[in-house]
Amino acid sequence: MFETLQGFLVPIVLLALWQWLSTQAIVNPQILPAPTAVLAKWWEYLKPQELFDPAQSSYLAWLFSGELIRDAYASLYRVVVGFLVGAVLALPLGLMMGANDRIYKLFNPLIQVFRPIPPIAFIPLSILWFGLGNPPAIFLIVIGAFFPILMNTIAGVRHVDGIYIRAARSLGASQTTMFLRVMLPAATPYILTGARIGVGTAFIVVIVAEMIAVNNGLGYRILEAREFFWSDKIIAGMFSIGLLGLAIDTGMNRLNNYLLKWHRGIESN
Amino acid sequence: MQPHIQIGKVSKVFSTGDREVVALDDINLDVRRGEFVCLLGPSGCGKSTLLNAVAGFSPPTTGTILVDGEPVQAPGPDRGMVFQEYALFPWMTVEKNIAFGLEIKKKPKAQIREKVGALLEMLKLQDFRDRYPKDLSGGMRQRVAIARVLALDSPIMLMDEPFGALDSLTRRNLQDELLRIWTEYKKTIIFVTHSIEESIYLADRIVVMTYRPGKIKKDVSVAMPRSRDPSSAEFNELKKELSLLVMEEQSRHNQEEIKAPTAD
Repeated sequence: MFETLQGFLVPIVLLALWQWLSTQAIVNPQILPAPTAVLAKWWEYLKPQELFDPAQSSYLAWLFSGELIRDAYASLYRVVVGFLVGAVLALPLGLMMGANDRIYKLFNPLIQVFRPIPPIAFIPLSILWFGLGNPPAIFLIVIGAFFPILMNTIAGVRHVDGIYIRAARSLGASQTTMFLRVMLPAATPYILTGARIGVGTAFIVVIVAEMIAVNNGLGYRILEAREFFWSDKIIAGMFSIGLLGLAIDTGMNRLNNYLLKWHRGIESN
Repeated sequence: MQPHIQIGKVSKVFSTGDREVVALDDINLDVRRGEFVCLLGPSGCGKSTLLNAVAGFSPPTTGTILVDGEPVQAPGPDRGMVFQEYALFPWMTVEKNIAFGLEIKKKPKAQIREKVGALLEMLKLQDFRDRYPKDLSGGMRQRVAIARVLALDSPIMLMDEPFGALDSLTRRNLQDELLRIWTEYKKTIIFVTHSIEESIYLADRIVVMTYRPGKIKKDVSVAMPRSRDPSSAEFNELKKELSLLVMEEQSRHNQEEIKAPTAD
């Protein structure tokens, strides 16, 4: 109890200081608006823009019709789709490269060349190829998610303890069984680490992509707000991005703990 | 009658870089059906290498290994293997670990459930059915590993220092359990150990091996009735005799290690 309170201490002091600096006009509120102003703007950004009209839409649809909700949804949609496509491409390739030396040698040079290129550097090409809107953004996210998952999957399969393979062989496991029931589960700790890094990268990339190639989403919104000098909206948007990131990471963490409940070092509760 | 396992003129040479190590040299050994044989010797004498060759994990450089007259080609469920490191699949529960071999054989679900249930009971694992290996003690894990092999009804059990990592009380406990299983299921067992006492307590026959190259130094039959009393005069007589043999090899091991330290 005391410890939770302790955790709030520093943020509260900083908020108070921030509020005081703004209300005393020590800093220009255009540069740094007061927390209360940010909060007010946040509410405005969040709440439905129209009055509720039962003839137009259902109550629930109306409730989630605020600009922030729609932006958050658009960003999340891109992250999820991009991440899933990236994972679906990276996982089988990683499994094959990890398990088979010939395939590894075939693909590794290419991957080593492409891997160090930051996904952001693909922006010009992605716009040339896909124009504006969702396709280039999702393309960039796919690239951002692909490499961490691929590299970790390869490492995971390569690090499968030989003793499990030997045990499974002596129990009569076929190649397929070995792959699906031994190598894949043995590699999951690595694969999930890759997925977590991949989601993190995807989330960075989506914000940048929206600033450049799309005209909605959280990244677009804070850049748009800058043009109108709405620093309160910029800050509200940033906190929204942070909260969404936190939610994604918490979700990944839960999934991790669930899938790895057998793993040493993770308490199963 | 045909021996269950025939090891004929087996040698095994490992080459690491420009160095060649003769791990096994001209091993000839016949194991009867239902016999309990211990391979005894210091580390580096090739006893695990020999076991791995019988298991089919690494074929001998020369010579043949026959099981029921058929040459060993690859690992298989007719020769159940129990490892010192347990080698349980950590992502499977106790029940799933034991069922794994049967699922590979595509046995009907009801039959698997019944068999696994019986094995859980036999090895006193009922309360751990849904646990993961990480939640079990070493002794419990080795019970699961034994149950996993028993599920396959393999006529042969190959055991590579299975109780080496256990404390002495748990060890004795599992040794008794193993003897009970061996009597009940009439398995042929090859059991690798470096514990002289363990080999006398368990085996029908103790095969003492030499340190590099690994040869059979002496093949000793143990006639004492079970259960054997480690404090009896007969037990200690044999222990003394075997100790002398093993210590000779151990001291050769020590000398060679001083000359050329190897990662063993």
